[in-house]
Amino acid sequence: MSILVNKDTKVIVQGITGRDGSFHAGQMIEYGTNVVGGVTPGKGGQEVHGRPVFNSVREAKDATGANCAIIYVPAKFAKAAIIEDLEAEMELIICISEGLPLLDMVEVRAAMRGSSSRLIGPNCPGVITPGECKVGIMPGHIHQPGPIGVVSRSGTLTYEVVYNLSREGIGQSTCVGIGGDPIIGTRFIDVLELFNKDEATQGIVMVGEIGGQDEQIAAEYIKKEISKPMVGFIAGRTAPKGKRMGHAGAIISSGDSTAEAKRAILQDAGVHVVDFPDEIPAFFQQKVS
Amino acid sequence: MKIHEYQAAQLFQKAGIPIVEGTITTTVDEAVQAASGLGYPVVLKSQVLVGGRGKAGGIKVVKSEEELHEKYAQLSQLSIKGYQVKKIYVVRAIDIRKEFYLAAIVDSANDDIVLIASSEGGVEIEETAKTNPDAIKKYYLQGDREIDAQRFAPFIRSVFDTPELQEQGQTVFAGLLKTFFDNDCSLAEINPLVIDGSGTIYAADAKINLDDNALDRHEDLAALRDMDYEEPDEIEAKEKNLSFVKLDGNVGCIVNGAGLAMATMDIVKLCGGNPANFLDVGGSSNPEKVLNALKIILRSPDVRAILINIFGGITRCDDIAAGILEARRQMDLPVPLVIRLTGTNEAEAKEMLTKEGVETFSTMREAVEKVVALAN
Repeated sequence: MSILVNKDTKVIVQGITGRDGSFHAGQMIEYGTNVVGGVTPGKGGQEVHGRPVFNSVREAKDATGANCAIIYVPAKFAKAAIIEDLEAEMELIICISEGLPLLDMVEVRAAMRGSSSRLIGPNCPGVITPGECKVGIMPGHIHQPGPIGVVSRSGTLTYEVVYNLSREGIGQSTCVGIGGDPIIGTRFIDVLELFNKDEATQGIVMVGEIGGQDEQIAAEYIKKEISKPMVGFIAGRTAPKGKRMGHAGAIISSGDSTAEAKRAILQDAGVHVVDFPDEIPAFFQQKVS
Repeated sequence: MKIHEYQAAQLFQKAGIPIVEGTITTTVDEAVQAASGLGYPVVLKSQVLVGGRGKAGGIKVVKSEEELHEKYAQLSQLSIKGYQVKKIYVVRAIDIRKEFYLAAIVDSANDDIVLIASSEGGVEIEETAKTNPDAIKKYYLQGDREIDAQRFAPFIRSVFDTPELQEQGQTVFAGLLKTFFDNDCSLAEINPLVIDGSGTIYAADAKINLDDNALDRHEDLAALRDMDYEEPDEIEAKEKNLSFVKLDGNVGCIVNGAGLAMATMDIVKLCGGNPANFLDVGGSSNPEKVLNALKIILRSPDVRAILINIFGGITRCDDIAAGILEARRQMDLPVPLVIRLTGTNEAEAKEMLTKEGVETFSTMREAVEKVVALAN
């Protein structure tokens, strides 16, 4: 078992004829992901890596039975790409594109009200279930199948964590990059719920950052619901103080979003918080089989 | 991106919000002319993009031309939090009877836009939010782009106590929302919104933060950027597709990815060093990026060693290695480089570097310990 993606996931690539989309479609196919087609408006009928290109998500879904879409389109087209997926009732949408305007994401979140689709990202590395399915841009070879779920706001820092786990022979059930933007489709708490229910996941690593309140919200959930062993890492302890958002930012934010505050609140929730990513494997060595 | 009060006030006015009449000036002659048009008394407001302007003495009321000369000269000499006052906004003085606080902001925790208001406006608003949270009223748009009359009515009544004020308040909120959407704001704030002796409402201050990710679709707004508030090195880095923030330590850092870059700085510190900068070379790095990154970091005389920490994903380690070798050919590196490369095309990269006698590390900890030892 795993979460979000597995060997049965059928993936379409939005922006497959672009430079990034085409390159990563190839990498995903090489990893073994079941990429069933691509979408680029106006380029229907072409083929990329032997996969058919369609003009719309709806057309691609009807023809291939795809249940997952990955988005590589430029930021200014990303909102429309996500909304097209929502309208086609795509089960899982993974948006790699970075630099989406904030109000575009407010609009996307409004469009998601009442929708059964799940969005991961934007501005994220994607999702991988090692040995089965990679839907994203992470280097596949550093992963190995195993019992640890990884959820992170960062890209390369996640690779660092995974690399350290794999080096010590500890594999991963699924690794989820939720993205670093202020408004995202799926937050820590959502992924933690999935890992908590997943029998194959015996332990969880959560990689957070300064800014926002998602780690704090996750901590409340962890305290109440999670008994699986958990390790936390928070980046940004030496980062200069962030920009203030007028008085309004202070009024709506319910607390301190520094790295130290997040570390303390996770520790209080029973998470083993480490200073170095290479300290993570040792914690799990005795706790998981 | 932040813009100045007078620029924000213009955007508010365009959206139908009544603002206090004023003129932006850079010389005392311009100010004298503006004041005679407005009529004394007038208020001189220093235009700086940092908070605490009032407390720093950046705002003066003047009652005569003579006083204007004196106070204008004082403000022109003033530096607020390190920023020299270069422009002064001259506005009509208002007989303020009451102050309110109004704002629109993206509340990312709720994926929504929220309007915030309080009938206890002024500089102590954050204190009020803590000590008397009930005095802060909120209206969530719930994904809409417009105000829902039925839900909005109790909100506006909770802020303004008379029908006349409620009507004027509604106009201001409609204008605030229009400003917000038309300009891709992340924050639009009026503090204070004031009522004068005749019962008329004005925005007596204006604060707008614009979403950097949306500036592409607002060329006119992008042009409002005040370069006095930008680090030249950071601007240059941005032009070269690097994300750079200068810090005060002596260990230069070149990393791919923002999260790993922050973690690298943290670990340098934990190992007893001090990071000189944050630098993210981004994905799909070409060799030239390494060269540009080294040039920018080496401008700081404090840097005593540089750590290159790359976890190849989209970024290929051999591209980085090519950049390092090119830099060694092109420039005389005055400080040692410590190189850690892992991930995509790591073996090729290591071979390229080893052949040239350059040592590489596979783990972050080894590399950080080495660079800190060299810098200390």
